[in-house]
Amino acid sequence: MADEIILLDFWPSMFGMRVRVALAEKGLKYEYKEEDLRNKSPLLLEMNPVHKKIPVLIHNGKPICESLIIVQYIDEVWKDKAPLLPSDPYQRAQARFWADYVDKKPYELGRKIWSTKGEEQETAKKEFIECLKLLEGELGEKPYFGGEKIGFVDVALVTFSCWFHAYESFGNFSIEAECPKLIAWTKRCMEKESVSSSLEDPHKVHGFVMGMRKKLGIE
Amino acid sequence: MAEEVKLFGTWASPFSRRIEVALKLKGVQFEYIEENLSNKSPALLEYNPVHKKIPVLVHNGKPVAESLVILEYIDETWKHNPILPTDPYEKAIARFWAKYIDDKLWPAATKVLVSKGEEQKGVTEEIQEQLKTLESELKGKKFFGGESLGFVDIAANIIVFLLVAQEALGLMEILTEEQFPVLHEWYQRLVDDAVFKECVPPRERHLGFFKVRFGSSTASK
Repeated sequence: MADEIILLDFWPSMFGMRVRVALAEKGLKYEYKEEDLRNKSPLLLEMNPVHKKIPVLIHNGKPICESLIIVQYIDEVWKDKAPLLPSDPYQRAQARFWADYVDKKPYELGRKIWSTKGEEQETAKKEFIECLKLLEGELGEKPYFGGEKIGFVDVALVTFSCWFHAYESFGNFSIEAECPKLIAWTKRCMEKESVSSSLEDPHKVHGFVMGMRKKLGIE
Repeated sequence: MAEEVKLFGTWASPFSRRIEVALKLKGVQFEYIEENLSNKSPALLEYNPVHKKIPVLVHNGKPVAESLVILEYIDETWKHNPILPTDPYEKAIARFWAKYIDDKLWPAATKVLVSKGEEQKGVTEEIQEQLKTLESELKGKKFFGGESLGFVDIAANIIVFLLVAQEALGLMEILTEEQFPVLHEWYQRLVDDAVFKECVPPRERHLGFFKVRFGSSTASK
């Protein structure tokens, strides 16, 4: 029986991109449905009535929501190929901890960097770099957070990298200057087809953020 | 091989109490260390340098932080009396609702204790909406976990804390039988559960805690 997989997504979403990477890592065929977030489809509202957000994975008609929950689901269902989480419970706990950290800190700070000005923006920039440095420390000398291969934390974090150009441009700073190891890691990840085919062009993302800034009256 | 399990927590934290429930459900012996959050121990700062928060579980010297991460670790390490379903889809649903509780209910619950007047009314309505959403997920089951307590029931211990806080501060009761017949019944089952009831703060002390922390001379209604 062929699996029917549908992904409800929005092209610049770093959360949606996580699911794209996971599906690509597992070599899965799926139908990608682009959502207009100003005019959400009946399908999205039906499949995620609680949050009405993307991404939503629909597997044989059953919806799974929240990007990291979706990635774990994919890893557990298609467990024989390219495991994203380690098998040891302690290593799994560490991976979940750091993926949770990526959700808690960098995202909110990144948003502040492109949507605020003055002191609020300066504080967000500083804290953002601190977060990335902490993540660099966790990466250490490993090629990937997952060790020799990309894992859960890599998937959780790498999708932010196509937003870095927008952060740097609107925040007027260089992430590479502060976190060269992390940027090297993003380049290493981008060498993988599953990542490069899933992430959006940073210039396109920049254009999208510019549009958002205009709407917010910042530009 | 002797297991060494330590839990760094605080008596009034629902997140800390979650871990107690899980360890007790699994019959895991552990040493409990009460932290003073205004004077955190060097051990806590060493075991959770990133967030410097409780709870932290230390298993044979190795720390795990973040309550939901710890719950999953416990479930994967001590496999009897499972907290999470084995089916990946059911597991994803359980994770979704636990996250919902932490991302939505918890912030609203803390806000309702510090807000006043119209704002408090607004947040109270928000919480009621969230409880209604949770109630619909019960779907005739005894617990969110089915026949016995599971991941979502443990995460939902926040509701217990919210109700005690309401009572302490003289706030409008949120989880009434009239408004939430199904959830109210579940709640009674939860607080009556043999393991769960060992893991809630002592009532009088808990009421006192909320009065001191959040109470004011003019209680909002």
